[in-house]
Amino acid sequence: MNAVLEKTKQETHFTSGRLSWLTHIVKNLNFYIPITILTVLFLTAIFAPQLAPHDPIQISMANRLKPPSFLAGGSPEYFLGTDHLGRDILSRIIYGARISLSISFLVIAITATIGTILGIFAGYRGGRFETIIMRVTDVSNSFPPLLLALLLAVSMGPGFKTVVLALSILGWAGYCRLIRGETLKLRNADFVAQARIMGSSPGRIMLKHIFPNVVNPLLVIMTMGVGMLILAEAGLSFLGVGVPPPFPTWGMMVNEGRAEISRAWWMSAFPGLVIGAVVLSGNFLGDWLRDKLDPKLRQL
Amino acid sequence: MSDILLETRDLVKHYPVRKGVMQRTIGYVRAIDGVSFTIERGKTLSLVGESGAGKTTTASAILLLEQLTSGSIFFEDRDIYKLSNAELKNEYRPKVQSVQQNPWSSMNPRMRVRDIIAEPLVINAKLNKEDIRNRVLALMEQVGLMPEWADRYPHEFSGGQRQRIAVARSLALNPDLIVLDEPVSALDVSIRAQIMNLLKDIQDEYNLSYLVIAHDLATVRFMSHSVAIMYLGQIVEYADSEELFKNPMHPYTRALISASSISGPDEKDESIVLSGEMPSPINPPSGCRFHTRCIAAFDKCSVEVPEPRVFGTHYATCHLCDYEEGWITKSESKSV
Repeated sequence: MNAVLEKTKQETHFTSGRLSWLTHIVKNLNFYIPITILTVLFLTAIFAPQLAPHDPIQISMANRLKPPSFLAGGSPEYFLGTDHLGRDILSRIIYGARISLSISFLVIAITATIGTILGIFAGYRGGRFETIIMRVTDVSNSFPPLLLALLLAVSMGPGFKTVVLALSILGWAGYCRLIRGETLKLRNADFVAQARIMGSSPGRIMLKHIFPNVVNPLLVIMTMGVGMLILAEAGLSFLGVGVPPPFPTWGMMVNEGRAEISRAWWMSAFPGLVIGAVVLSGNFLGDWLRDKLDPKLRQL
Repeated sequence: MSDILLETRDLVKHYPVRKGVMQRTIGYVRAIDGVSFTIERGKTLSLVGESGAGKTTTASAILLLEQLTSGSIFFEDRDIYKLSNAELKNEYRPKVQSVQQNPWSSMNPRMRVRDIIAEPLVINAKLNKEDIRNRVLALMEQVGLMPEWADRYPHEFSGGQRQRIAVARSLALNPDLIVLDEPVSALDVSIRAQIMNLLKDIQDEYNLSYLVIAHDLATVRFMSHSVAIMYLGQIVEYADSEELFKNPMHPYTRALISASSISGPDEKDESIVLSGEMPSPINPPSGCRFHTRCIAAFDKCSVEVPEPRVFGTHYATCHLCDYEEGWITKSESKSV
């Protein structure tokens, strides 16, 4: 009996030892795939000048609308083909990563910070402060974001800063609402009462007891926000209030391809695929984080 | 009289009930309505009653979690409502700590045991890191936790162990009074005795006072030196523990005791079953607040508010105490 047990133990150990890293990766594919995609895109954005085979804004009318190199009529020089002005799509996607990713990460950083601070204060303090903050978020949520972006573009001129500002001004409200809700739940938690009994100041309670317990949902919506913001930026570019041409952003590339969709589908398709990959990666990563960050589920 | 640590006088807490667009106050929930008691140094007072009797509100007032409507609390002969904020922070708060009912929610799930127990020290004391470390380990040992568990998270512990952590945390500041809000009711019956023994040992060692809030009379009997029975925001009977269980005067106390004291399968169940719910504290019954459910109530009870009758250190708020034969005789004579 004991010998059998011993043997089974050894066998299990043997199998798990040999395959452990592989099974680990397979079991956590919904973490490794998105994190790989995002890392690759990050590196691409950083090393764009070294990676891009062509100048992304170099117009060459002789090479307009070349199909990707793996299709009939494609030239090996342009792996993903060229657009209506003869610019290399691959290079534009690589450079586009810089603008698209930096806009979304910057906006997430700004909105999450503001939203979290205001949300925790509103939720914990309550009273008039909360009422005012929550009414402001109502206004933010009901204000059409494109209209605001247009207004800003008119008053500030289109550009990187305008896009970041337009997306941030309204974006914090979502974070604020979520964090306030979580804070309301926590404010009456027993351990917060206990902290008050021990003499904790409100600041300490918010920092040590409330903030660590709202980090989970916060991280989840932050990762999901990556995809959303890239789409939003694409929308702004579509209306011409995004980062102005000729600098490439993924959203703008999709839009430029729209006019040529029947003749040159690759113009929209490839940047569209990249956007899709980022959005999905963000969402999968968010799901994964939500499961992993709960200390009760954490494997120690 | 021996050394009185804490005294409450006529504690009243009314929560306004608001209604409508204008948030007009249409009434008050009388959560507690004139609660007075004393806690002696090194002794245990239990507050007993059903849910909604005002036990927790009383405790919250003492722990400064709630602002009272009126009444005063004296701690070491000083009115705590007349203390400055600094005095409260340095001289009252650290002296009055608490262990809560539910050990699953009374700890921040994101802190390690080490930090949970150290928190009161970090907030209040002027100890350096090394001293705090040692103090935490000493506290853990005292409550029967292995020091090597210090880096674990609360969810890795059982209910009994978590309650030990909570006890260690409440001891960290060397308090004089610990408010124990149903300290064992969330635990398995097999663990309760351990925790109660731990609490008693600690009490003896440090000459601590406890204010125990409970509805389980077995716990109360084991833990307390004196007992206050609460009903609908008022204390209806107050006596030394021994005396109260031997000679309960108020019909409500008798009902509580009889409901909990069947000792074996052969014993005849003679418990007094109270019918109905506790009346709304927004609109308490006239006269004696208990008369709507009292099995011995008679005509006087719904009209006249009973005054507390004092028999030595035992007092009860019931009209029946006026009759020498006690309440049973009276209720029997009524039914004849």
